Amino acid sequence: MKAMTPNREAVLSLIIVAIVVIVIVRAPEFLIASNISNILSGWGFLAILVMGQLCVLVTRGIDLSQASVLAFTGMFLALLSQSMPGLPAAAFLVLATLMGLCLGLVNGALVSIVGIPPIIATLGTMTIIRGLIFVLSDGAWISSHEMSDAFKAFPAGAFIGVPQVFWVALVVIAVFWVLLNYRRIGRDIYAFGSNPHAARNAGVPRIRIELLVYALSGAAAGLCGYLWAGRFAIAYTQAAEGREFAIIAACVIGGISITGGRGSVLGAALGALFIAIVESALPYLRISPFLQTAVIGAVILFAVAANARSERRPGRQILPRHKQTTGEVK
Amino acid sequence: MRSQLRRARTTPLFRQNPWQPVSDFPPLLEVSHLSKHFGGVHALTSVSLRAVAGRVLALVGENGAGKSTIVKCLTGIHAPSSGSIRVDGVPHVFSGPQDAALVGISAIQQEPSMFDDLTVAENIFVGAQPQGRFGMVDWRAMTSAASGILDRIGSDIDPYATMKSLSVAERHIVSLAQALSADARLIIFDEPTAALSQSEIQHLYTIIEQLRDAGKAIVYISHKFDEIFRICDDYVVLRDGMPAGEGRIAEVGKDDLIAMMVGRTLTEIYPKTAAEIGDVVLKVSGYSHPTEFDDVSFHVRKGEILGFYGLIGAGRTEVMEAIFGLKGRSGGRLSLDGKPIDIASPAAAMKAGLAYVPEDRQHHGAILPFSILANISLPQLDRIGHGIFLNARAETALVEAFAERVHIRASSWHQPVAELSGGNQQKVVIGKWLATRPRVIILDEPTKGIDVGSKAAVHETIGQLVHDGLSVILVSSELEEALGICDRLMVMSEGRVVAELERAAFSSEAVLAAASRGNT
Repeated sequence: MKAMTPNREAVLSLIIVAIVVIVIVRAPEFLIASNISNILSGWGFLAILVMGQLCVLVTRGIDLSQASVLAFTGMFLALLSQSMPGLPAAAFLVLATLMGLCLGLVNGALVSIVGIPPIIATLGTMTIIRGLIFVLSDGAWISSHEMSDAFKAFPAGAFIGVPQVFWVALVVIAVFWVLLNYRRIGRDIYAFGSNPHAARNAGVPRIRIELLVYALSGAAAGLCGYLWAGRFAIAYTQAAEGREFAIIAACVIGGISITGGRGSVLGAALGALFIAIVESALPYLRISPFLQTAVIGAVILFAVAANARSERRPGRQILPRHKQTTGEVK
Repeated sequence: MRSQLRRARTTPLFRQNPWQPVSDFPPLLEVSHLSKHFGGVHALTSVSLRAVAGRVLALVGENGAGKSTIVKCLTGIHAPSSGSIRVDGVPHVFSGPQDAALVGISAIQQEPSMFDDLTVAENIFVGAQPQGRFGMVDWRAMTSAASGILDRIGSDIDPYATMKSLSVAERHIVSLAQALSADARLIIFDEPTAALSQSEIQHLYTIIEQLRDAGKAIVYISHKFDEIFRICDDYVVLRDGMPAGEGRIAEVGKDDLIAMMVGRTLTEIYPKTAAEIGDVVLKVSGYSHPTEFDDVSFHVRKGEILGFYGLIGAGRTEVMEAIFGLKGRSGGRLSLDGKPIDIASPAAAMKAGLAYVPEDRQHHGAILPFSILANISLPQLDRIGHGIFLNARAETALVEAFAERVHIRASSWHQPVAELSGGNQQKVVIGKWLATRPRVIILDEPTKGIDVGSKAAVHETIGQLVHDGLSVILVSSELEEALGICDRLMVMSEGRVVAELERAAFSSEAVLAAASRGNT
């Protein structure tokens, strides 16, 4: 918490404000209620996913299977609502989270116990889980009229005019904030990511930590899976395919180090906001729909590159501080 | 196990046993006939020692004598092959570092391995953060406890600072604070002064005396005699992993210790080959960097071995990296044969006739799975290119010429470098850079971590290089090596050159005094 860099988050906030101002000047209709509502729910989905990814990245891992877990959970619960129309929304929320958690535990076990490198392990489960959705649904779509009303009501609903997804995201962020900053296991996650070797010597339990972070990442994706299927009232095999890039980009833009040890909950949430705003602004700037995907990719790469430059560390501290006589390049 | 460890860390510091005079504590640690083998290598053979509460035990020996191995066995990082470790008379088998911490054994490493991204307070309490209500980490309590411990050892390090902003000396202090927070009863200092300035060393002595008087047992590893005679009560000498002597410091002289440590004289290990010294080849003036080194100037002549001696973290490697274009600088000029040149990249440095053999050959020097052939020809591929394919015959010819010059012992040039001994790996790396036909070759700790026989072979190779008219810059932390084979010696401390000595003026006292003097 205190170790994180408040400057970076302040700078990112300013950049987001600047983007919003520019977009509003060019296209005032950006501010209409329905668009703000869309941005808030888009941010909500991304923020929930990013919280899970944050934990994994801090331990020097990566979770590429989140989008697959999301689609699988969404499909499973949509089918469940078809066969058991009496289930309340709360049951779906709990089931979705638990289901994602279990899928995440598989990733965690592959990485921590079997010892497969995270990128390969989660690339594998990403493909397997995506494939299992076909098995589950026979490739069919589940659309609005096939789902129970209880299934759709909560995710599509709003509280004081703001989509429920947004409020769920706030709760999730609060939970991760407390976990990562005020629980020992959270601080152990940072210690492990900062220096795994020293962490082992300090008695930090590696396997427990790796199981936990992938389980959290899966749980976040599972929760999103239900909200996604319910809000858009559709479950299909390609749901959220390709969102991995946006998730990881949001983390990097939010100042989370891909090499582990560093990254804050606030930064991750702001990174998600940056992506949500850029994605929703492009149509208002009248950029051709054909170009939008490419522009988003380019903007993200640019932001990540700018971030990488600012991350470069100065050298070791060898000279006594405040005493150096600086020379100029002659 | 974990909860026990955490409980152990909450007991107060410097706990004094009120009903027992300090000097009469029973042996806190008793190691008997400890051996450790790594495959066929005997790192330790039947070593015994006793550490008593309220006394400081010196563990003395040359590099590679087995001091670090014994520390790793005591702190649970290595499992001993045979022998026993008793704490308070109870035999213990440590399955990991936590077990050692539980019985109160803590080590302060030479270059403490810490969590660079976390704060000082978190580093001190890692794995044992104080918790408040609902099991929440209590940041305020943690930070004030950290300041308390740091205060007690007279340090003003900010507990909120991130670890990466600290100097090497400050990292040692934090490491010590960590051991104290864990209520360690036996504290092992592994060459703690290697990176400290003279005033910091004096401060460390005070801390150690304070700990000793509070009834802690101290094991102090060093090969600096003034420190041993200043601070230690007892000694154990190791040579080649075997016990070579023990007793009370008061009853032994420096020469006796040297005889036990070395078992041979210096000239046998470091034969100096004569080479003709010519004109100045490389001249460096005023090299500076914002945080790492300041105003470094020196020159090296043809056929000369110029040594760079200093404590760990004195900035020698950083200077060499800047000269070779691996690192930026904030000021300074370079000239080769009297002509100013600007080196902005390693490629430019190689083109100008410089070669740099880095310290960590495993990571930066050799590509281990590649063959000797492929390693040596790597920087030369454009020279032996032939159309779109490499010219295998030219490659072999090139490699043979240079591999033979450094006498690599291998079954074939196609043998992977990973299969060679440390000394031969180092020769491959040197051979690789010779193939670029350099004028000046920079060798950074070329004999670190290799056995005595291989060292002699590497020194012979270095002698051959200067005999052939090259200039060698040798960065070494081994005083005997630096004094043994260099023609001139630059001594660095805290990022600055603090002394320059000609061979005629070489003495270990002068060099050590300069290296630890510091700038303050």
